[in-house]
Amino acid sequence: MIIQEVLGGLTLGSIYALVALGFVLIYKTTEVINFAQGEFMTLGAFISFSLITSIKLNILLAIPITLILTFIFGILLDRLLLRKLVGEEAFALVMVTIGISIGMRSLIGMIWTYDTLSFPQIFSKNPIRMLGIITTPLQIGIIATTIAAVALLYIFFKYTRVGIAMQATAQNQLGSYLMGVNVERIFGLVWGISCMAAAIAGILLAPIIFLNHNMGFIGIKAFPAAIIGGFGSIPGAVVGGLILGVSESMAGIYLPTGFKDVFASLILLIVLMIRPGGIFGIQEKKRV
Amino acid sequence: MSILKVENLSINFGGVTALAEVSFTMEQGQIYSLIGPNGAGKTTVFNCITRIYKPTKGTIEFGGYNVLKMAPHRIAELGIARTFQNIELFSNMTVMENLLLARHRLKKSNFLTEMMYLPSVKRQEVLWRKIVEEIIDFLDLHPYREANVMNLPYGIRKLVELGRALALEPKLLLLDEPSSGMNPEEKEDLGITIKDIQRYLRISVLMVEHDMNLVMQISDRVCALNYGRVLIEGLPEEIQRNNEVIQAYLGEENGSIA
Amino acid sequence: MRFKMRRNYEDDVALFKWKSTFLFYSFLFLILITLPLFSNSYIIYILNLIGIYTIVSLGLQILTGYTGLISLGHVAFFAIGAYSSAYLTSTLKLSFWVSLPISGMITCVIGFIVGIPALRMRGLYLAIATMAFSFIIEQIILQWEGVTNGVRGITLTRPTLGLISFRSDYVYYYLILSIALLLTMGIRNLLRSPMGRALIAIRDSEIAAQVMGIHLGRYKIIAFGMSAFYTGIAGCLFGHFMKYIGPENFTLLDSIGFIVMILIGGLGTLQGAVLGSVFVTFLPEFIRLIKDFFPSIIKEQSGIQPLVYALILIFFIIYEPHGIYGRWLKLKFYFEMFPYYKKDTFRRERKFYKSERSR
Repeated sequence: MIIQEVLGGLTLGSIYALVALGFVLIYKTTEVINFAQGEFMTLGAFISFSLITSIKLNILLAIPITLILTFIFGILLDRLLLRKLVGEEAFALVMVTIGISIGMRSLIGMIWTYDTLSFPQIFSKNPIRMLGIITTPLQIGIIATTIAAVALLYIFFKYTRVGIAMQATAQNQLGSYLMGVNVERIFGLVWGISCMAAAIAGILLAPIIFLNHNMGFIGIKAFPAAIIGGFGSIPGAVVGGLILGVSESMAGIYLPTGFKDVFASLILLIVLMIRPGGIFGIQEKKRV
Repeated sequence: MSILKVENLSINFGGVTALAEVSFTMEQGQIYSLIGPNGAGKTTVFNCITRIYKPTKGTIEFGGYNVLKMAPHRIAELGIARTFQNIELFSNMTVMENLLLARHRLKKSNFLTEMMYLPSVKRQEVLWRKIVEEIIDFLDLHPYREANVMNLPYGIRKLVELGRALALEPKLLLLDEPSSGMNPEEKEDLGITIKDIQRYLRISVLMVEHDMNLVMQISDRVCALNYGRVLIEGLPEEIQRNNEVIQAYLGEENGSIA
Repeated sequence: MRFKMRRNYEDDVALFKWKSTFLFYSFLFLILITLPLFSNSYIIYILNLIGIYTIVSLGLQILTGYTGLISLGHVAFFAIGAYSSAYLTSTLKLSFWVSLPISGMITCVIGFIVGIPALRMRGLYLAIATMAFSFIIEQIILQWEGVTNGVRGITLTRPTLGLISFRSDYVYYYLILSIALLLTMGIRNLLRSPMGRALIAIRDSEIAAQVMGIHLGRYKIIAFGMSAFYTGIAGCLFGHFMKYIGPENFTLLDSIGFIVMILIGGLGTLQGAVLGSVFVTFLPEFIRLIKDFFPSIIKEQSGIQPLVYALILIFFIIYEPHGIYGRWLKLKFYFEMFPYYKKDTFRRERKFYKSERSR
């Protein structure tokens, strides 16, 4: 029985992990806390929805195209808006991303609709029996896709030149500049990739909670996930997302009503109080 | 009567030993200099005294008080003020406001009386401004009184930091590389100013310095550090001639420094 | 160029530096007092709201603008103030004049409590933590039915003072106005006194502030408490003004709205708090008014308001980071310096490589 809950939690947690991953990626490289990560998710979901239903594209075609489009969107966002704010205070950047999130929400509502739509099922929701537990292809599909996405990204960061350049930029901007890394282009790429990761999360999430211009609200859960994992650590973000998903699920069952919704916030507060740098994070102090 | 006694001060950062068994004693009314090459640990000593760092071993005694048992904000109450190597002024305030702030520990108002701006609060403000004016006189900061600190040139900001430390009415003044970034005339002025601080304001001065001229001219005693250890401690002339110190600064060359 | 000739120290600490400033604010005061005579019911409604939100802005300005502690969850204090008063007046049947200060104090105490763990959190972590705090408060409002009536909300009544009834918006306006003025004076006085300067010092350099003898922990907690007090009072006034409060009045979007107020108005200034709240409160009405000039595609959209909101926010951050008041100051500076004004006077310093992580 417990396995059932854990599986349910892992499913949701995988989605959190994907969103948190993109979120931490942006933070690590550009030091921006992106409040619009949830809206990237919504965008990806809506784009693929249109591709599948309006243009009647095959799912296997629609998803890659969505990824490409959201990737481009991320790059454009960086180029047009965030480039102007290089070197500004963190607070200003945060407020800009909040502005972007509000703006995107309205734009999505305006361009598509304010109604709630039902997203075509990619994986079926019919329960099947596997290894002695009851689950649905949907759950397996989400978890498997997340693993695949994380694995791909891992390979990308570790073994490709661009990936290594991204790591370098994340650790030391000035050093990377001096080593000939085109830091501006890396920023654009980072935003593009995060947008893509969020889009995947959106496509996975939409069948579960239905498509709505406000669905990006889940993105706020990326914060506790990222913080549990330590704000500067990508594996931490993934682990954090999974932990969050499972604990939320447990809380929904074993704790009184209302706790489930604020569980993420409670965990966030507790972690921040005990270890402000997150579980995997590092603490730095100013040198005088 | 010794005003500051540092004994066996040691601190590690990760695997790096920044200070190892540093000991020296400073008498009241002295100008005491800490010298040594970069990374010797001089600023670290300051940071230990002002409780920015927590040493792993050793004691620091000031006027009979055990400094290491005090929270950072109590150091000012004890009567220790400091300037910073990289200038930690309050950049969005004016020079005047920076100086006024130093008197914070002497305030007699609380936030309720302040919100109502009772006559006692106003009197305190006026009194503080009179006192701060004297410091502005002393350091010749008149033209900059209402200027926003952010816009001032580096040399003036150093002076403002010095003024702010003085406005605290300290017994001991810690100066971290006060002459860095100054030209020779400004350094001479600085030397005279520090001497005046000692003589007329009767404040003891503990100074980290690189400029040997300045150190030799005004110091009563000098302590040389290298790699976190005390090389030698004594009168300026002794330090000047000491071989180990020369080696630490110049390598294997013979000859005296300055 | 103007130059202030000071003759004694009293001049230095005077409330108004220039006579013209004093005249300006006196005139403004007169206008504020007589405004209800020229307003219809719609305008007076807006004015009341502006007053309430100005008090919130002031509270937030204390915490974020002056002490530098970012709060993205300030609506929580607003809600606590409102619900406290609702409970005290509706359930415990206390008089408004008793519940007003008590709600303020309750919110203040909660502010202190929130401030304690906040001491350990730096910058943006604190911002996120305050956001989490406001989510928790939102849930408490929904779940604690005994006190808050959950989703059904609570109705409140307008107070009376002797023979004066505040049932009319026009009369309530004066209540809000007087409280707002009092609270503004309070902050103004604080800022020209040691404690106010201490708060700004904490914002500018925590290390130097400590070296000057400022107890960081104590002052940050005081800042939280004061900010919460102001916001709680505003919440109480809000509740009795709207005569009904429900959980839908206190969402994250409101918290963001508050921050936008002080950002657009001018971070770290009192005038900015007021200007910001005026601007943000007027915005929806303004949008509604000019909607008619646009083609029907845009006109029909209900989501146009948040979009305009977002665009203005982004615009201000990129081009006018010091807010409306900042632009006004630059304008004044231009005229004062004329003709010696240089275009690059306010050029922002580019901080390319300053990493927030080692701040």
